[in-house]
Amino acid sequence: MAGTQYRGSEIKDVDQFLNDAEGLDSEREKEIGQHIGYRYDVNLVPDYERLTPFLKKYMETMGWDDLNWLEDIHMGYEEGNPAVFDRNINGWVRIPDTIELPDNQQDRDMIARELLIKFQMSDRHPLVALRKAYMKF
Amino acid sequence: MAGVTDAQLKEMSQEERVKALGMTTEQLTGKSLYIEFDPDAEERFIYPWAPDVDFNKRTEIDTDEMSTTQVNTRISELMAEGFGTIVLKNPRGKHSIGVGILSKLNLIIEGSCGYFAVGLLDGPNVRINGRVGWSCGENMMSGTIMIEKNAGSTFGAALRGGDLVCRGSVGSRTGIDQKGGTIIVGGDTGALSGFMMQRGRIVVCGNAGKNLGDSMYDGTIFVGGDIQSLGVDAVEAELTDLDRAWLTRKLTQYDLMPGRGVDHFTKIVAGKQLWNYDNLEPNEKKLIL
Repeated sequence: MAGTQYRGSEIKDVDQFLNDAEGLDSEREKEIGQHIGYRYDVNLVPDYERLTPFLKKYMETMGWDDLNWLEDIHMGYEEGNPAVFDRNINGWVRIPDTIELPDNQQDRDMIARELLIKFQMSDRHPLVALRKAYMKF
Repeated sequence: MAGVTDAQLKEMSQEERVKALGMTTEQLTGKSLYIEFDPDAEERFIYPWAPDVDFNKRTEIDTDEMSTTQVNTRISELMAEGFGTIVLKNPRGKHSIGVGILSKLNLIIEGSCGYFAVGLLDGPNVRINGRVGWSCGENMMSGTIMIEKNAGSTFGAALRGGDLVCRGSVGSRTGIDQKGGTIIVGGDTGALSGFMMQRGRIVVCGNAGKNLGDSMYDGTIFVGGDIQSLGVDAVEAELTDLDRAWLTRKLTQYDLMPGRGVDHFTKIVAGKQLWNYDNLEPNEKKLIL
């Protein structure tokens, strides 16, 4: 099935890359020391039964009937830690240890979406400083 | 950073602003970026700098005698005044109209647009009651765009996120280099659609031209009609229940749900036989070193 199996390692368990920080399964991956492909199923479409109240409010504010761009946001992993990729800074943002992770990818993705929105809209997002530095007054 | 006011920043050159904000002190060797989410972050739904617009506050712009730059500047000014619904009249095929809007907004364009219409968006909901030229919605980050008639080639080029919908048919290379989001075509799509697609979804209710999904890296293409031919490394996959539910919801949302449901859609994904970057990399390093 698309998105769960790659030429490199295969995703067998939602905690696979937390239990095995390296997460390198195939010989080729071990040889080069790098993971081939995404570490999560980028083609997984959201289950709307699992929307959080915050995400419902976000959709309403934006005038959208669904999650829109957040359909592409998933909880992934960086160096064995749960993290979300923020396209606005082209980097991973880690999930704090204090947040308990659900036992399935769909619920984890909803948490990832909520945290990413709060981060992107906050004053501590790096784009805020970048904008101040480079904006045209 | 906290000690510098916006008024002070305004008086500075760009170089001085960068230094005053402490952005040149960071060591850029190694992995310098380590950020963690704040679990207690405030609930906000728009960017800190975005204007607070009200969808119920509506206005119109007659663009007949205006240049593209004038139209786009006027949209920004109206958003700063809180207008959340803006109607553009008489666009007369202008190129690059309504580009670079980075906040929520209802934008209604009454007429047809030229090249690169409503590209680089991040948030707005756009409805175009006409046709569009090449590269409509290119590089969109989020939002929705609905085209009532047909669209030209490279529809949704390098789309990052959001929904880009054309009720009619579109030209070739639809979703070229797509990196996320959803493109929905009510009619047919031309050759090389989904070329070098990396993520996201393309839904074609009609037929697809030659070389569909050629060299696609990832992502999913759903086709309701006939596929003239598949491109290199594009393969058919099983339509899952989650796919069916998603297709049904999405097509119903845009009033494009076929009378016979979605079971007849063909799902195309990457065969992943072209993932050879890791094999080439060592040789490239040798060449560089």
